[in-house]
Amino acid sequence: MADLTERQKQEYWRYNVTLTTVLLVVWFVVTYIVSGVMAGWLNNYTVLGFPLGYYMAAQGSLAIFVLEIAVYAYLMNKKDEEFGIREEG
Amino acid sequence: MSLDKIFGLYTIGFLGVTVLIGVLEYMRLVTNQHIGWIFMALSLLIYVFIGIVTRTSNPDQYYVAGRGVPAVYNGMATGSDWMSAASFISMGGALSAQGFAGLAYVMGWTGGYLLLAVFLGPYLRQFGAYTIPDFLGARFGGNHARVVGVIAAIACSFTYLIAQVTGVGLIVSRFIGLDFNVGVFVGLLGVLFCSVLGGMKSVTWTQVAQYIILIISYLVPVVYLSWTMFSIPIPELTYGRILQQNNTRAIEITRDAKEKETRALWKKEADEANAKIKGGNLPETEVETLKAQAALATRQATAPAASEDARFSRYLTVPTGTGMWNFLALTFCLMVGTAGLPHILTRYYTTPSVRQARTSVAWSLFFIFLLYFTAPAYAAFARFTIYAKLVGTKISELPRWVTLWQPAGLFSVVDKNGDGIVQWADFVVRSTDFVVLSMPEIAGLPFVITGLVMAGGLAAALSTADGLLLTIANAISHDLYYNVIDNTASLAKRLTITKVLLIVTALIAAWVSTFRVAIIVELVAWAFSLAGASFFPALVMGIWWKRANKTGAVVGMWVGLIVTAFYMIGSRFYGLSWFGTQTIASAIFGLPIGFLTIWIVSLLTPPPPKQVQDLVVSVRYPKSGQGIKGDPLGRDVRETVPARAH
Repeated sequence: MADLTERQKQEYWRYNVTLTTVLLVVWFVVTYIVSGVMAGWLNNYTVLGFPLGYYMAAQGSLAIFVLEIAVYAYLMNKKDEEFGIREEG
Repeated sequence: MSLDKIFGLYTIGFLGVTVLIGVLEYMRLVTNQHIGWIFMALSLLIYVFIGIVTRTSNPDQYYVAGRGVPAVYNGMATGSDWMSAASFISMGGALSAQGFAGLAYVMGWTGGYLLLAVFLGPYLRQFGAYTIPDFLGARFGGNHARVVGVIAAIACSFTYLIAQVTGVGLIVSRFIGLDFNVGVFVGLLGVLFCSVLGGMKSVTWTQVAQYIILIISYLVPVVYLSWTMFSIPIPELTYGRILQQNNTRAIEITRDAKEKETRALWKKEADEANAKIKGGNLPETEVETLKAQAALATRQATAPAASEDARFSRYLTVPTGTGMWNFLALTFCLMVGTAGLPHILTRYYTTPSVRQARTSVAWSLFFIFLLYFTAPAYAAFARFTIYAKLVGTKISELPRWVTLWQPAGLFSVVDKNGDGIVQWADFVVRSTDFVVLSMPEIAGLPFVITGLVMAGGLAAALSTADGLLLTIANAISHDLYYNVIDNTASLAKRLTITKVLLIVTALIAAWVSTFRVAIIVELVAWAFSLAGASFFPALVMGIWWKRANKTGAVVGMWVGLIVTAFYMIGSRFYGLSWFGTQTIASAIFGLPIGFLTIWIVSLLTPPPPKQVQDLVVSVRYPKSGQGIKGDPLGRDVRETVPARAH
């Protein structure tokens, strides 16, 4: 690790924890609220021919998971660079 | 030659051969049986070839592929490592039978990767060990945690492995008519060649090759079907309309007089069988037969919609109450299980850096998503084919795919009320696997595509078996033998032990699978709950909470395992029921209790040594990949993990 100061370490870690928390909240809401508890009600609406509740559980949630992980990788890797964390690998 | 070029040429070559066989089939130069043989021989040869080319005895290469697998390729390898025979062959069918409730599998098996990405993957890579028990041993000081890890890893991997081996046997016997037991051993040759010769290195590159075959073969039939029906080659966009048409048909069928008549006949059959059982004085075997008969008849007697004026068929109905609780609980258990299975976690040890580990989880999920996102389309198209094309035809004029596949025994068409017309209730499904297997014929594609699907199913089963075998062999040779029993063992000796164990484990798995134990399918679902309840809390707490100590982790893992196993066995065999939870969602109790136990016990006992706490903090900040990559001296993990506590 490029030697980070204590303050930089704290800042880096806080950023990571915040990002992780936000992603987990989205994950929870999408899976258990939108595609779970609310799916029955959402089925009253139609998207691309799909009942919305079914759509969210079969496609929407999956696409959001992929996006979330991509966002996580992108933002954390960018943060690494910002803090001058370089790996030899 | 660059990797992109190699795998690009490989893909083109594979497609070229498929087209060539198609031409030969068109010219009637090859029979269906030949096509099955060609695809099996060709794909096995490819895997054996990769195994030979990538053979190695360097421990870094052997255990973690030299930590040199780029993110995209590690993503593909993880994809095929992850997607098993069950995902490939059975999931589409299960969805067509279960409708909305089955989507728990689709969400659970993908959403778990988010947990893996943010809680575990990058940190495990930064830690830089060889196996998951390695991490537990170093983080929680000493061998106790390591041994619990080894036991849990073997327990979940072995049950899972047997299911894969069974899958190989089924595919080979179904498509080329070899005996099941012979099929199992032929398939194992393909697996062993890679893992024995080159460990993780060979397994990785074989899995990449297998991913390419499995994804192409999964997409071709349903993309083609979508194209012929809607002129849009993206089934994910078009099956919404199919769902709506299916829904309308389901309600019509519920109201139809002829259907009602047929259902009443089934109902009568079920009642009679039940009455006989109640009558008593029957031998055990006959009772079993009657029970099965009653269950089948009851299923046939069930209308596709709950009532005649329902708006949604059962397929689209979202469960409520206990049904919803089970849906959510199962989704959750599959997610944590996904993030806790050791053969997947070790894949993130193989990337060159933490950064690539992060990107690699994203690629993994993307490659897995391609299949899981398509599976519900299979389900919808299969239902449509039956609702719209089969129901209402004359028994004497069944469609071609029905006459072709009926002898395989996966489904049958019976004329229950004897009117010479197929009703929905006349279509008896014995195994929903027909959905994926017969899709090429349903879509009107030539047999060469069926051969391709066979190669895909084989690739899915073999690639998962590869990863599992390696996990088991490494857990025994590296963690148990080298780290616990004899840590003076030379490198050559350790690798020899690993290779012997690979062969022995594979043979035991093949031998067990020849018994065809029915409970295997259930055991696989159990493996997820067990992995979720044992590994997940200990790994997450170990990485995220520096105060977590050895006693807490060991007790927590045991408690998680025991509570989960208790509920599994209790609910499966002794009628135990907490909140009406299904057996397969058992980790919903074991997991929180496991977390809680680690927390409380850790606080009640002394904190871990300062070096360990420093290690936990240091893992938060990515650095140079610990200098393990490509180390010519084959340095062992003990020197590369700083401040290993004893």
